[in-house]
Amino acid sequence: MNAALTENRALSSTGTEFALELKNISKLFGALAALEDISMSVRPGERRAVLGSNGAGKTTLFNCITGDFPATTGSIKFFGEDISEFPSHERIRRGLRRTYQISQLFPALSVFDNVYIACRGVSTGRFSFIRPRAKDALMSSTDELVQIVNLHDVRNTPVAELSYGQQRQLEIAMALAGAPRFILFDEPAAGLSPTERADLVTILTELPSHMGFIIIEHDMDVALRVAESVTMMHNGRIFKNGTPEEIENDVEVQALYLGNADE
Amino acid sequence: MAIVETESKIVRLDGTRQNWLEKIPAQYWVVGILLLIMPLFASDFMLFQIFGWTFILGMIALSLMFLAGYGGMVSLAQMTIAGLAGYLVAILGDSAITEISQGWPWYAAIPVALIVTALFASAIGWLAVRTDGIYTIMITLAIAAAFFYFARQNYEVFNGFSGFNSIHPPSLFGVDWRGPKAFYYLTLFWAVASYLFILYISRAPFGLALQGVRDNSRRMSALGYNVVAHRVAAYTLAAIPAGIGGILLTWQSAQISPGTVGIGPAIDVLVVAVIGGLGHPIGAFIGALIYVLLKTFSTDALIALSLSGERFRLLIGLSFLVIVFFSPDGILGLWKKFKVWQQRNPFEQSDGRDL
Ligand SMILES: Nc1ncnc2c1ncn2[C@@H]1O[C@H](COP(=O)(O)OP(=O)(O)OP(=O)(O)O)[C@@H](O)[C@H]1O
Ligand SMILES: [Mg+2]
Repeated sequence: MNAALTENRALSSTGTEFALELKNISKLFGALAALEDISMSVRPGERRAVLGSNGAGKTTLFNCITGDFPATTGSIKFFGEDISEFPSHERIRRGLRRTYQISQLFPALSVFDNVYIACRGVSTGRFSFIRPRAKDALMSSTDELVQIVNLHDVRNTPVAELSYGQQRQLEIAMALAGAPRFILFDEPAAGLSPTERADLVTILTELPSHMGFIIIEHDMDVALRVAESVTMMHNGRIFKNGTPEEIENDVEVQALYLGNADE
Repeated sequence: MAIVETESKIVRLDGTRQNWLEKIPAQYWVVGILLLIMPLFASDFMLFQIFGWTFILGMIALSLMFLAGYGGMVSLAQMTIAGLAGYLVAILGDSAITEISQGWPWYAAIPVALIVTALFASAIGWLAVRTDGIYTIMITLAIAAAFFYFARQNYEVFNGFSGFNSIHPPSLFGVDWRGPKAFYYLTLFWAVASYLFILYISRAPFGLALQGVRDNSRRMSALGYNVVAHRVAAYTLAAIPAGIGGILLTWQSAQISPGTVGIGPAIDVLVVAVIGGLGHPIGAFIGALIYVLLKTFSTDALIALSLSGERFRLLIGLSFLVIVFFSPDGILGLWKKFKVWQQRNPFEQSDGRDL
C-alpha cells in the first residue's frame, strides 16, 4: 500500500510464533484488581478485537502492554522478546504502537509537527541539533502519513483547531509512524460520525497484512468488520475468545451485553 | 510554532531559495546595528558595567529560560553551574592564589572547565529530573546551597571564604579583553552566539522533543522518546551558556568567591528570567537589562530620596511581584499583549505560545 508503512517488513518476518504473548498479567490499583490473570497470544498480522463493558479493564490492559503503567505481575513477550521490564520507549522502539482513548496530542503544534515528532521518536536522531531539511526522508514519510489519514488539507493547522474527528485521525497517524509491527487501537471509532467511521474502517482494512493490531471497540459493526478474532473481557478477566461469529452468537455474551444494556 | 514549516517556506514558488540574509526580521537589524555601534557613543562605565553585566547575566538566565521555558524544569542551580565554570578557570588557570591555581594555558583551562561544568550540570539534572515542579526547585536550591557552603569551607581547592582574585582573560591577539570596549564586544559576541544557539535548538528535533516532554511526557514515551535522557541532556546543554557566562563574570570582576554562588544570586537568576519572560530566549536578556539598571541606579535614586541604598532588593522584589501579578509571561508577555491589542486583525493568528 504505502512506502511509509511497509519499509519495516523485514523486521516483522522474524518467524516468531506470536507477535504478542501475555502470561498471567494482573494489575492492581490499590485494592482494586483492574486486571486479573490475563493470558493471551496474538499471531503476527492477526487483527483482534477486544470487547467489554465500561471498566472491564481494556484500557488498563493496553497500558500494561505499552508500559504506560507496568503490570503488577505477569510477563509480556513481543515477537519472542520478554519486554515486561522494559520502559515504555524501549517497547515502542521495538515496533509496538498505540493510540489513546482520550487523544494525547500536542495542541499548540501543527498536524505536520505532531506526526513529525512521532516519526522522529521511532527513528534515529532524536537528540539531533540540526533542524530538518525539506528533503529529509522523515519529512516525506510524515507527509505520507498525513495523507493516509486524510489530513493533508489541514497539515499546517494547529491541532487545537481541528475537529474532534480530525484529532482522532491524527492519533492514528501518530501510531502508524515508523512502520509499526503491532498496534493497539483504543476505541478509535468512539465519537466519530458515520462517514468518519467508514473512513476509519477503510484505513484499518488497508493496513499492510503483516501489521497486526488489537482494537478496543464498543461498536460491534466496526469491530467485526476489521477483526478476525474477538476477546471478550469482563471485570478484569478474559471472559471468552472466539471468531466474530462465535462471539456474536454466544448465549453468555449476549446475556452479558443484554445485562449491561439493562443497567 | 511551525518548527518544520519554516524550512519549506523558504523555497519560493519558482524553486529558488531565499537568501538567508532576507530571512532576518527588521528588528534584528536595528538592534544588531545599535549593539555593534554602541561603543561609539556609550561611556566606558555603560559598556563594561551595564552592558557587559547584562550580557553575562542574560546568558545565565538564558540557561534557565531554556530549561524552564522549553523543558518545564525550573532549576535554581544555574548560578551554581556558572560559578563552577568560573571557579574552574581560576583553579586550572591563573590567579593571585598561586598555591592553588595550576597555571594551565587558557586553551586547556577553558575547555576543561566547560566540560567539567557540563558533567556537573548533567549530574544535577540526573538528580533533579526525577522530581516535578516545586520539588525540582527545592532540590536544585539545596544543591546551590550545598555548593555555596562547600566552597566557603573548602580551602584546599576553592580557597574558602576569600575565593580567588586577579583572574584575567588571556590577552589573545594582543588585546586587553578587560578593556571596556573589548570586554563589551567579547560579552556581546558570546551572548549573541548563545542566543542564536538556543533559538536554533528550540526548533531542531532535540528542542522540539523537549517541548513535547514538557507538554506531555507520557505521550512522548509512547512515541519512543527516552524522557529522562532528554531532560538530563537539557541540563547538560543549558550548562554551556551558563558556563560561558560564569567565566565571563569571573573575568569581569577579576575574582570569584562563595558570594558569587550564594542563594541570593541563585534566586536573582530566576527573578531575571521571570521578569523578562520564559516564552522566548530574548526574555532572558530583557530581564537582565532591567535587573542591572535597577541594581546600578536604584541605589543612587533611593539615596537621593533619603532612603537607604540597601532597599534595592525591595525594588527588585516589587518589580518581580508586579510582573508576576500582571503578566506571568514577563515583559515579553506584556509586549505581546500590547501588539495584539494594537493590531487586532481578524485575519491574523497569534498562537499565543511562541513569538
Ligand atoms: N490510573 C488508575 N488509577 C486507579 N484506578 C484505575 C486507573 N485506571 C483505571 N482504573 C480502574 O480500573 C478499572 C478498569 O479501567 P479501564 O480504563 O481499563 O476500563 P475500560 O475497559 O477501558 O473501560 P472503558 O470502556 O470505560 O474505557 C476501572 O475500575 C477503573 O476505575
Ligand atoms: Mg478504556
